[in-house]
Amino acid sequence: MKRSHNDHAGLIAPASAAAELQVWEALNLALNEAMAVDDAVFVLGEDVGVYGGSYRVTQGLYARYGEWRVRDTPISEGSFTGLGVGAALVGGRPVVEIMTVNFALLALDAIVNMAAKLRYMSGGQLRVPLVVRMPGGVAHQLAAQHSQRLEHMLMNVPGLRIVAPGTPQDSYWQLRQAIRHDDPVIVLEHELLYFDKGTFDHAAGAPPLHAAAVRRPGRDLTLIAWHRMVQVAQQAAERLAGEGIEAEVIDLRSLRPIDLPLLRESLGRTHRALVVEEDCRFAGAGAEIVAALTEAAFFDLDAPLRRVAAADVPTPYNGELERASIPDVDAVIEAARGILPA
Amino acid sequence: MNVADKKRLLREMLFARRFEERCYEAYVERKIGGFLHLYPGEEACALGVLEAARPGQDYVITGYRDHVHAIKCGTDPKKIMAELYGKETGCSRGRGGSMHIFDVEHHFMGGYALVGGPFPLAAGMAKALKMQGSDDIAICFLGDAANNQGTFHETMNMAALWQLPVLFVCENNLYGIGTRIDRSTAVVDQYKRVAAYNIPSAQEDGQDIEKVYKAAKKAVDHVRSGKGPYFLELMTYRYRGHSMSDSNAYRSKDEERMWSNRDPIIMLRDRLIEAGELTKDDFKAMDTEILDEIEDEIIAFAESSPEPRVEDLEKYVFAENDPWVYGGGR
Repeated sequence: MKRSHNDHAGLIAPASAAAELQVWEALNLALNEAMAVDDAVFVLGEDVGVYGGSYRVTQGLYARYGEWRVRDTPISEGSFTGLGVGAALVGGRPVVEIMTVNFALLALDAIVNMAAKLRYMSGGQLRVPLVVRMPGGVAHQLAAQHSQRLEHMLMNVPGLRIVAPGTPQDSYWQLRQAIRHDDPVIVLEHELLYFDKGTFDHAAGAPPLHAAAVRRPGRDLTLIAWHRMVQVAQQAAERLAGEGIEAEVIDLRSLRPIDLPLLRESLGRTHRALVVEEDCRFAGAGAEIVAALTEAAFFDLDAPLRRVAAADVPTPYNGELERASIPDVDAVIEAARGILPA
Repeated sequence: MNVADKKRLLREMLFARRFEERCYEAYVERKIGGFLHLYPGEEACALGVLEAARPGQDYVITGYRDHVHAIKCGTDPKKIMAELYGKETGCSRGRGGSMHIFDVEHHFMGGYALVGGPFPLAAGMAKALKMQGSDDIAICFLGDAANNQGTFHETMNMAALWQLPVLFVCENNLYGIGTRIDRSTAVVDQYKRVAAYNIPSAQEDGQDIEKVYKAAKKAVDHVRSGKGPYFLELMTYRYRGHSMSDSNAYRSKDEERMWSNRDPIIMLRDRLIEAGELTKDDFKAMDTEILDEIEDEIIAFAESSPEPRVEDLEKYVFAENDPWVYGGGR
């Protein structure tokens, strides 16, 4: 057999102690380790094999595990995702990679009509241990059909679990946990985070799959974000700290379910909160978070809950228009001032 | 196929017919709700094909006209009727209904309500089975109209490319709800369409169960021997409308009469009578026995079974919590 340009050297070696890894490397390590311990785990998607994955996440796996476990598919998102569902029904643990969330719209029948509903419709007989990984978010001038954030569409589907890791540590563990899970789990990745570096500590283990994490403690207001917006919120928090305002930054990590207990606990201390989301404002994830917190914690609030969200426009190609369409640090600070005491 | 097998298949077809007719009555009595798609006229397809496979062991998937396929796989008809009644004792605990019969124990992997949806699921099952080194195969039954979905072409391509052990059975009853096949489909002979993907195929008379069995045996042997997918088209006809809400006004009386003259049950019955293997009285006794069983056991079970508890509304959405996933740790 012809040897591909990816070989064992392309795989990320597990570190014995805490190390620096990029997000794509952490995902690669998670896939490699999950495949090594369980023959039922296999990967399928466009260009995941010989090519090595469009964001390098599956690099080296084809050479190590072969074409049956690292399956390059034709460009048929609807059916190769459905193929993953079918394999999951009979003992497989497929990890489907959809090249971008935009293409996942073609796979909604498999995800929404099939994967999400089969356990319930069968009265608990079927399990669907399917993982669907998909990168999304606004990258650099990819225009409207390659820049969507579709979390809101999938969040409304009972039967799906949705996680959104943004660090190497979370990317590794949440993918490992998703693969181990007997329910369908959507792993939303962000195109601009793949080459971010961060500490990876294998020995540190993992918090629960759906737990949120406090990235920066604070007493004056809570910034709720996920994916790249966590970084935007952290930068805003640093600038606010220069003015003596201490913002707590929470990385949601999971969008279904949402860790409401942690959010309530934070609000109980800060009494003010902003949701910072890269997705469009109308009927987005932030709308759900604000509604749920209003129902649960209205009497803890000293100010209305607010959202900093993307403009309700198809993402434009032009760089300046693109930047203006999604929240930045200034927008977060301005919104924060609007809910802080004068 | 010996005489005993033929008599058993005759009984199975008659049972399927009477079961479905009783569903019709229960629907009219409003005991069954939702959508109900019945199988009379098509019995030889599911029963003949699965007779040639390993029902209960091979993995079977189909659309929403799914009761008879499940019965042949080994699902207790009492549990199917209870499912149609929406009862907790139903095979899907009353959560699925007529279109969503599931019986994992007997490898009946379900009835699905999205036309063409099961194609990729069948290929996925076949891929997993092949990876596990099993010689079980996946069998996907769908109607002719499903072949106009994108999933048909996408799945045929992948099944052929990877030589997956999957048998596609096209129950061609000539209509997609009310639209006749030649008004919806450029190539009317369905078995010809998979030639584009180098998948071997055949077309057979779906009303003659002996012919169906023979064609299916060849198809099943092909798939099980590792030669990749196969596509079998069976020409058949449904006597009733697409579902119970169908006025059935789009077909001519002449056409309906032509097909009822080729009834799969009558054809096999008369053949056995001519051969001196069965009498008209034997057949009548068989029929009476079946009708009694349906009434005294199946309907009685469905009627007397409990409804699901409202407290259990949210059960079965998710798996029970896995401590590894929920409690942290590795």
